Amino acid sequence: MLLSLAIFLPIACGALLLALGRDEQAHAVRWMALTAAVASFLVTIPLITGFDTSTAAMQFVENVAWIERFNIRYHLGVDGISMWFVPLTAFITVIVVISAWEVIETRVNQYMGAFLILSGLMIGVFSALDGMLFYVFFEATLIPMYIIIGVWGGPNRVYAAFKFFLYTLAGSLLMLIALLYLYYQSAGSFEIQAWHKLPLAGGAQTWLFFAFLAAFSVKVPMWPVHTWLPDAHVEAPTGGSVVLAAIMLKLGCYGFLRFSLPIAPDAARQWAWLIIAMSLIAVVYIGLVALVQKDMKKLVAYSSIAHMGFVTLGFFIFNELGVSGGLVQMIAHGFVSGAMFLCIGVLYDRVHSREIASYGGVVNTMPKFAAFAVFFGMANCGLPATAGFVGEWMVILGTVQANFWLGLIAATALIFGAAYTLWMVKRVYFGDIANDDVRALTDINTREFIMLGLLAVATLYMGLYPKPFTDVMHHSVTELLKHVATSKLPV
Amino acid sequence: MNDMNWLAVYPEILLLVMGCVVALVDLWVTDEQRRPTYWLTQLSLAVVAAMHFYYFDAGFTTYAMQGMVVADPMGHLLAGFACVATIITLVYARPYAGVRDMLKGELFILSLFSLLGICVMLSANNFLVIYLGLELMSLSLYALVALRRDHAVSTEAAMKYFVLGALASGFLLYGLSMMYGATGSLSIPEVFDVIAKGVPNRSVLVFGVVFVVAGLAFKLGAAPFHMWVPDVYQGAPTAVTLLIGGAPKLAAFAITIRLLVEGMIGLAVDWQQMLIVLSVVSLLVGNLAAIAQTNIKRMLAYSTIANMGFMLLAMTSGVVNNNTLSAANAYSSAMFYAVTYVLTTLGTFGMVILLARQGHEAEELKDFAGLAKRSPWFALVMTLFMFSLAGVPPTVGFYAKLAVLQALVSTHVDGYLYLAIFAVVVSLIGAFYYLRVVKVMFFDEPTDTAPLVAPADVRFVMSLNGAAVLVFGLLPGGLMALCAQAIVKALAT
Repeated sequence: MLLSLAIFLPIACGALLLALGRDEQAHAVRWMALTAAVASFLVTIPLITGFDTSTAAMQFVENVAWIERFNIRYHLGVDGISMWFVPLTAFITVIVVISAWEVIETRVNQYMGAFLILSGLMIGVFSALDGMLFYVFFEATLIPMYIIIGVWGGPNRVYAAFKFFLYTLAGSLLMLIALLYLYYQSAGSFEIQAWHKLPLAGGAQTWLFFAFLAAFSVKVPMWPVHTWLPDAHVEAPTGGSVVLAAIMLKLGCYGFLRFSLPIAPDAARQWAWLIIAMSLIAVVYIGLVALVQKDMKKLVAYSSIAHMGFVTLGFFIFNELGVSGGLVQMIAHGFVSGAMFLCIGVLYDRVHSREIASYGGVVNTMPKFAAFAVFFGMANCGLPATAGFVGEWMVILGTVQANFWLGLIAATALIFGAAYTLWMVKRVYFGDIANDDVRALTDINTREFIMLGLLAVATLYMGLYPKPFTDVMHHSVTELLKHVATSKLPV
Repeated sequence: MNDMNWLAVYPEILLLVMGCVVALVDLWVTDEQRRPTYWLTQLSLAVVAAMHFYYFDAGFTTYAMQGMVVADPMGHLLAGFACVATIITLVYARPYAGVRDMLKGELFILSLFSLLGICVMLSANNFLVIYLGLELMSLSLYALVALRRDHAVSTEAAMKYFVLGALASGFLLYGLSMMYGATGSLSIPEVFDVIAKGVPNRSVLVFGVVFVVAGLAFKLGAAPFHMWVPDVYQGAPTAVTLLIGGAPKLAAFAITIRLLVEGMIGLAVDWQQMLIVLSVVSLLVGNLAAIAQTNIKRMLAYSTIANMGFMLLAMTSGVVNNNTLSAANAYSSAMFYAVTYVLTTLGTFGMVILLARQGHEAEELKDFAGLAKRSPWFALVMTLFMFSLAGVPPTVGFYAKLAVLQALVSTHVDGYLYLAIFAVVVSLIGAFYYLRVVKVMFFDEPTDTAPLVAPADVRFVMSLNGAAVLVFGLLPGGLMALCAQAIVKALAT
């Protein structure tokens, strides 16, 4: 029941807010949303405390018939790969609700409701074990995000919202055909775990692999289908950017581990070079692109793509360090990129500009805020003792284990990462006060302090003591790798 | 099979009697709002719907009127849905008709008679009965389109509808006469038997099938026989558009099943190819042309064409390599598609009606601007309809598309797999113009900030309609099972 609660508590609360909330009672709506978000987070805590780290099996399983005609089941469960994303999603939603407190003034109930519903849907994606249930959640997340970008976004929001929706839909519709194909190959079952065991011929595996690649690479996003992300990020409101970067991109990465690798292992090994090449291009080329951005949000958006390159790189070198590193990087990026976007949001709320050139010397007027911002900047470029370091380090180690030269190329990304992040930090926060806008800045209030503080604690904790995270993953990842190493071609 | 068996046709008889009673009662109604007529009509519809659902529940297949009529679960289920659709239509239509001087007895009487025509088609077991029902429905609808006889656009639409509809009936009748010539019978089961035995003159049969399919395509509004759809949908008063876009689609689906599947499944190889062409062209024309529309009624008309294409796609996969194993799956998917499409389409046109005010038809896309600020609840409901038409989960439209796609993939034939991929790609194009409506409602600023005013019953039914799209989306199993049950029984006889 725990997972159902984690999914449907925020959805029910969000629907309630949509139905009952009015702008005249915006204050009450905010408190209701916060209560709902915190409650939804609290119900995910037993997942962490009650998780059995000594097995790779699915836990907290719920399995009932849903649509009998197609044998679609309401089958939920988490293993070491997916468990952490459930509390992470709920946690980020709490942060988003806090971040919107005074900033969103119109249609507060719709804003809060959309994020709560989105949170429940994304938890659904991470815990679905039935292919069609996964697809329903995966697609349904588009609706609230489309509205969030389109209603509360920047000047070019309509274009960004359409691009976001159609790009993602295009990818996932091909996955739908793949799911139907698997349904008939497995004699009428949508069970993902049954598909893992299903023998498949080489040709079928290849096209399934590419159908899934279409869906997940758009969502990650991988080079060259990443172009929707900078647009979406720049136009989305702060909360939208946070959820997009912190959770939504992970849906794609997660899909690789749940579908592509175990269902088509032979094709995955055969085409790993392609994914590795795309990942390295993302890491190096997108890193360079990030360097020249003038808009802070765009810079962080490109930095996200580069970081996601690390994740997919880790997944496709097929060793434990790589895959676990990718997973750790996913969680760490959730905290760090979320925090980066919040920092930009804090500045934007005051000055209404995202241009790096509009700032300079912010540290003089906002010392507390600058401390946070510099800390998250450091985490973004992978400073040891922050969450950003652990995942990148593991992936690089894993890559070196597989191939020294690939590892070397991946490691250069750390240099680019440091370069674009620190350069931005220097231009925005340090130096003399650049203009009157900056002179008029007031430091962060308690609300913003709490929101950034929570993320800073999480980032630091994960950087200093990542063991709880890797312990959870260990068995599931080894099991997955063992599975991927075995051929599924029919003999 | 050769007795009258009146019991089986009680619902139709009741409908006929009530149609006449309403016509008589209306003569003495002095109320401007036509309340007695309205409630009497709704009551008759509710009783007829209840009777059909009751018969469906009993699950028998009986023949009546000396084998002219078959009362089977598929007919009863669809007739029940058609009655419900008409009830919803009249709820939406009443306030609209009231301010446009259309609220006369004719509106209700003609609606009842068109429904009677639909019910006759749904339970036809003979070519002539199908034709009879079709004409009864069509003539009522022609008259309804022209109900505002001093309104130039409406009368033009009525003329177009009448001329092209008559042409389509001619096609169908010509095709049916060919079938009669080749098989020597007008009775559907007998035609089936003759074709199963192998007729000497197959080319006459195939020639007849071509005309029958063309006639059906006209009635369904499938491209390239779709020319009348946008003009009539746009030109007719929106309340009548709702009536044309709703229940008649169920009838068109049913006669496709009766004629092509129950009568001529032996010729499936021939008509399936035609349906594939029709559906591919419809999907392309419907989705591409809809992008260019700024009039929402026209856009929805093209969306109808595309949706009919999608539904026909499912009908093409019933017989694979002379094997009818997948027939039940394919046709019940098509039926599910038709039923859910009607449910969604009632809501979308209902919303267009809702936006219209005295002296102003809210037909342009820009009339929806900022609806989310004016009436957030209705905007939300309309969003559900749009996402359902676009096929995004968790709305019912997704499962309708899923059902059709799985029917195609289940054939294990490469050609059908390509068709499925094609269908998916065009639905992506379709998603654009449905999203645009959501965009207009949520992202644009309203030109008119007044909230929508609607009577309580309209608000209630509209909310119910939206809820149904969502609830059937979350739990589609029940409705799917009903459709499967109806089709299995229809194929068994």
